[in-house]
Amino acid sequence: MPRAKPEPKVARTSLPKSPTGIQGLDEITGGGLPKGRVTLVCGRAGCGKSLLGMEFLVHGAVRYGEPGVCIDFEETEEKLTANVASLGFDLRELTKRKKLFVDYVFIERNQIAESGEYNLDGLFIRLAHAVKTIKAKRILVDSVEALFSGLADSAILRSELRRLFRWLEDHKLTAIVTGEAGSGTLTRHGLEEYIADCVISLDHRVTEQISTRRLRIVKYRGTSHGTDEYPFLIGEEGISVVPITSLVLTHKALMDRVSTGIPALDEMMEGKGFFRGSSVLVTGTAGTGKSSLAANFTSAACARGELCLYFTFEESPSQILRNMRSVGLDLEQWVKKGLLHINAMRPTSTGLEGHLSVIHKLIAKLRPRVVVIDPITNLVSASGTYDVKSMLVRLVDFLKVEQITSMFTNLTFAGDPQERTAAAVSSLMDTWIVLRDSKPNGRPRRELYVLKSRGMAHSREPRELIASERGIELGMVLRDHSLETTVAGPSAVAAAE
Amino acid sequence: MKKSSARKDPAKKGPAKTSGSDFYRLRLYIAGQTPNSVAAIANLKKICEEKLQGKYRIEVVDLLEKPQLAKGDQIIAIPTLVRRLPPPVKKIIGNLSKTESVMVGLDLQPVR
Repeated sequence: MPRAKPEPKVARTSLPKSPTGIQGLDEITGGGLPKGRVTLVCGRAGCGKSLLGMEFLVHGAVRYGEPGVCIDFEETEEKLTANVASLGFDLRELTKRKKLFVDYVFIERNQIAESGEYNLDGLFIRLAHAVKTIKAKRILVDSVEALFSGLADSAILRSELRRLFRWLEDHKLTAIVTGEAGSGTLTRHGLEEYIADCVISLDHRVTEQISTRRLRIVKYRGTSHGTDEYPFLIGEEGISVVPITSLVLTHKALMDRVSTGIPALDEMMEGKGFFRGSSVLVTGTAGTGKSSLAANFTSAACARGELCLYFTFEESPSQILRNMRSVGLDLEQWVKKGLLHINAMRPTSTGLEGHLSVIHKLIAKLRPRVVVIDPITNLVSASGTYDVKSMLVRLVDFLKVEQITSMFTNLTFAGDPQERTAAAVSSLMDTWIVLRDSKPNGRPRRELYVLKSRGMAHSREPRELIASERGIELGMVLRDHSLETTVAGPSAVAAAE
Repeated sequence: MKKSSARKDPAKKGPAKTSGSDFYRLRLYIAGQTPNSVAAIANLKKICEEKLQGKYRIEVVDLLEKPQLAKGDQIIAIPTLVRRLPPPVKKIIGNLSKTESVMVGLDLQPVR
């Protein structure tokens, strides 16, 4: 997120780097792309490679004082201008100020006949002219493979490509060349064979309507790099490789405590509530009061004067305000004071990627101290897969690094596989509060207990949860459950019931 | 390029031995006096003298001197011959050593 961060540290032995300015990418590459070298960015159509390249140029020009040339085989200047405008930059203005130079290279094969030997000096002359005009330090060639469809003699092309990459390095340009993914190869025409220093592969998959984009550093000579696939988002501000800090668990654990908003619950947690910057999971079956708990937590934070961001996937903001009034909470006052922002999203309106992108963006913009996501069930509904978990890992990480106290609610169903998601997610959470219905002696009641809370001696005993217009109260410790069922987690609890 | 020879109107200038009937404006892009460039100029002149006597003009553009001109005609390869007239614009890349493909490229003889 666009908080001003110091330039990522570069390991002593590694090559000089050119920061891309792309959120997250510079962290996982230890500072950016290899300076004065060629990086290949490959992937299928629509995977975001052109955008990555364009961001690299624009950030270079705007933030790092490195003018850049874009040699584009696919998009006209007009289209590029529109694309760059969507990132919030004015391409024409940058061109006028000689920060960027765009050259659209159009090859119409039907127009071209071949007779005898040739080389690509025309392209080199255009490159040289562009580079010289603005004293470029960066260059994007997108996508050089268009040459293969435009020109017939692939032997000439291959030797000319080799010459091109050498030329770029001779001119000390930090370059991105893009290539279309082939079947079974990184690029259709084997560009990866020419690139020795850095190869990045992008991927875009849509499974069950949830789109996930991933980035992988295939090779990076002279640099230790993360070899994982990193999910990334394309938001309104361009690419961000979420998570900024997933490589290491370095976030500081704060000793500060914040109230849960319910005195009796605070009492169960050493009388002090949650740790600031920790993450809290609240799970429970329908109607057990998850949202009420979240609202109490939110309201208490607002009362301390802390900015809260509340994401809801099931109800509209006004519905939440009305419902909370019924349990004695006036959230509207905080909305009016600007301390509470409620953001309602339809779970199906965008995929997981879209939701996370919105969440990240709002957090970056508003810089809240408390974030509530109510419920994450919708976020993860379409799959309980690794994707979702890794996305959430990164979100939780991000919140922790920003020292934002976060609460996630999750709807559970008895015997539903959803619980596996809850269980998977729960390992990321510092505190796990379980809500449930029970009917001892035929009288229905709601119960709450703290399943875990790291770093504190919390109560493990279930209490009755009573919601009324006076607010949420906890009753006496319930003795009619054996401890084993309560500690074993909601699956066992559900089974026991 | 195969179709366009049929589109020409050969009646316009009487019986021509080639299908092209208009004046030919040709521009040859080179980059310095490389062997390919020198060969291309020579090959082009020879073909034109043989097939287009009196109705052609060749302009040689050296992109080392005028790099900014490369963009206008979308030049990538060197040498590139551009037929600016008659329309449509056509390009032939290479040192023009294969006379037949040059003539086909310029619509100077019907496709067999």
